[in-house]
Amino acid sequence: MRRYFLLCAVFCFAGLMFSSAQELRLPDSATAGDDATIPTTGSGKATLYVVGPGISRKSDINLGEEIHLAGQDLRSAGAYLVIVCSSTCADATLYVSAAKPFSLAFILHPSRVPVARNDAVSGVAFPFDQFHNLVQAPQTINFELGAGKSSILSKSVRTQDGAAWFRASSGKAAGMVQVVASLGDISAKRALQQVASDPCNLRITGGRTKNGITVQTEPVHDCTGNPVPDGTIVTFTAAGPQGKTTVDAPIKQGVARAQMPVQGAETVSVASGVVIGNELRIGALP
Amino acid sequence: MKRILPIILVVATIALMALALVGPGSARGTVGIEAGSAMYGLTPKADTPEQAINNLLGNVQRRHWDLAFEGLSKTSSVDQAAFIQDWRGSDGSLRSFSALEGFEPRPLHITNDDAQMRVRLHWSTPVGPMVDVRDIHLVREGDVWKAVWPKVELASVPAQVIPVNYLRWDVVSGGADDQWGSRNVDAPNVRIISMNAVETAEGSVVMGEVVNEDTIPAFVTVNATLVDGAGNAIDEESSFDKIAHVLLPKQVTPYRVDFPNINLKNVKNVRMDEKASLVPASADPVIGVTDQKLDSDAQGRTVLHGSLFNQSGETVNIPHVIASFYDNNGKIVWVADGYVDRALLPQSSEPFAVEIPKSMAGKVQNFHVVVNQYSLGKS
Repeated sequence: MRRYFLLCAVFCFAGLMFSSAQELRLPDSATAGDDATIPTTGSGKATLYVVGPGISRKSDINLGEEIHLAGQDLRSAGAYLVIVCSSTCADATLYVSAAKPFSLAFILHPSRVPVARNDAVSGVAFPFDQFHNLVQAPQTINFELGAGKSSILSKSVRTQDGAAWFRASSGKAAGMVQVVASLGDISAKRALQQVASDPCNLRITGGRTKNGITVQTEPVHDCTGNPVPDGTIVTFTAAGPQGKTTVDAPIKQGVARAQMPVQGAETVSVASGVVIGNELRIGALP
Repeated sequence: MKRILPIILVVATIALMALALVGPGSARGTVGIEAGSAMYGLTPKADTPEQAINNLLGNVQRRHWDLAFEGLSKTSSVDQAAFIQDWRGSDGSLRSFSALEGFEPRPLHITNDDAQMRVRLHWSTPVGPMVDVRDIHLVREGDVWKAVWPKVELASVPAQVIPVNYLRWDVVSGGADDQWGSRNVDAPNVRIISMNAVETAEGSVVMGEVVNEDTIPAFVTVNATLVDGAGNAIDEESSFDKIAHVLLPKQVTPYRVDFPNINLKNVKNVRMDEKASLVPASADPVIGVTDQKLDSDAQGRTVLHGSLFNQSGETVNIPHVIASFYDNNGKIVWVADGYVDRALLPQSSEPFAVEIPKSMAGKVQNFHVVVNQYSLGKS
């Protein structure tokens, strides 16, 4: 990169020194990977220098003939400095833009999201041409979120400076959601897992057994009715004359259950994370 | 003259060797009091309660179990195997990896025929030095003092089958042929739900609670950085073992970050940084914490004590208790932890106690206990 700038500086300086050199008429636009032709004026031999992203080339040319730049040399989008030197030097800048979109880079965040969460999902897509140049010309990218065959969201977004993005709220049903970003016949797919949110209406039932008390939750769901996943910790707390007894029990098959070896009258409460449930009073052994 | 110096050296060496052999406490650690000789048969006679304790614990320290057991009274209700297991530990417990570093006996009362001694036992353990306090009753039998050892209650588990709905999380990495980013697994989402900074005699302490808000297990570490008025970092520390690192979904753990020798007055800001990564984990074993009560111990310290009850079918080798204490506004005011030196066998209980500093004891209105566990053969 440093070498590139150094060469640019040298050639610009040379161009200024020989400002009386012949004129170069560059095409208005060139496309990455396509051949380009540059007409020259004058006659005799000259030297052509081309300096650009990923290329630094020197060749002999005949003034008055067209200069042919091969598409292979113009694969990278960006500014190319073209200098022609004979007795004097002339320079001009050729801007090469990205070719038509060939692939989409699509970043989706997060990969896992609780249901019914506002603006919790975001995605950004970048169109690239076949030479991995970012396509900065405006393109319309279609974002689609779907679970199974049903569509949750469909949104068309124009790219700005090569990027298009969206924000969306998560759906109400837990499960896998497929998110597709498409541009014409190009598409990129990502998977988003919607998971149950915090438990809602956490309720316990229980009773005394010969070894103490057994308490269990009713099937634990979030506020949109999704079952809270197995393994989620539910904390049971029994307060009684013997002191406090706590059990951190995981939900198994939708229900959390705990045994507490306590004999006196107890008040049992339940919590999961920052969510608190009901209280249960269980009398002492007769 | 030539021979005088070698002769002096030889005599001095022999004298020192003899002193070392018959002299007391050569094998003891840095803290203990003189504890008998290093050789069989050369133990000083236990003609005082202090000497009896020194002999007994010196032999325990050197693992001379026969000699140690001889130091027990016939009225003791313990057999030798249980006595040894009491000191040596079993089932991969913390005690089985520990060594008695030293001891400090102190008489509580002494009469002609019996005595009560309080001994501070200093253990070196894989999780750091630990202090245990025991009261030992001694009686005079003839012209020697012997310890009356109480019955050792060792957990005994009958043969049984305990059904377990096995629940665990495994982590599967994507294959090389996966399309980039097509299906990511983000790190778990954890959140600090409370934080408080206090100053103690040892320095500053930052503590609070962190919750795993996700639906997958998380390995959590909490780091804190103290920042001064100019925005410069004063110190950075981590919670180390004052946290339950593996958090199952919706599980809450206390954390405590100690900053020794740092005055809180110099601190303008505290930067908290919680890091979470995805780990394989198991929902078992489930450990209940029963009979939790705040009380004063024999030394007048405020302790939270209770029992751990292993509800599952696997042995927990090293249980670790972390307790958070709250004031009457529900604000966290202290976090304390303690290791239980006995293994927690299936369907059995072990007592625990964690101390609250005197300066905090008056503020404590409520508490919450979390049990962390280490099992051999598990990461």
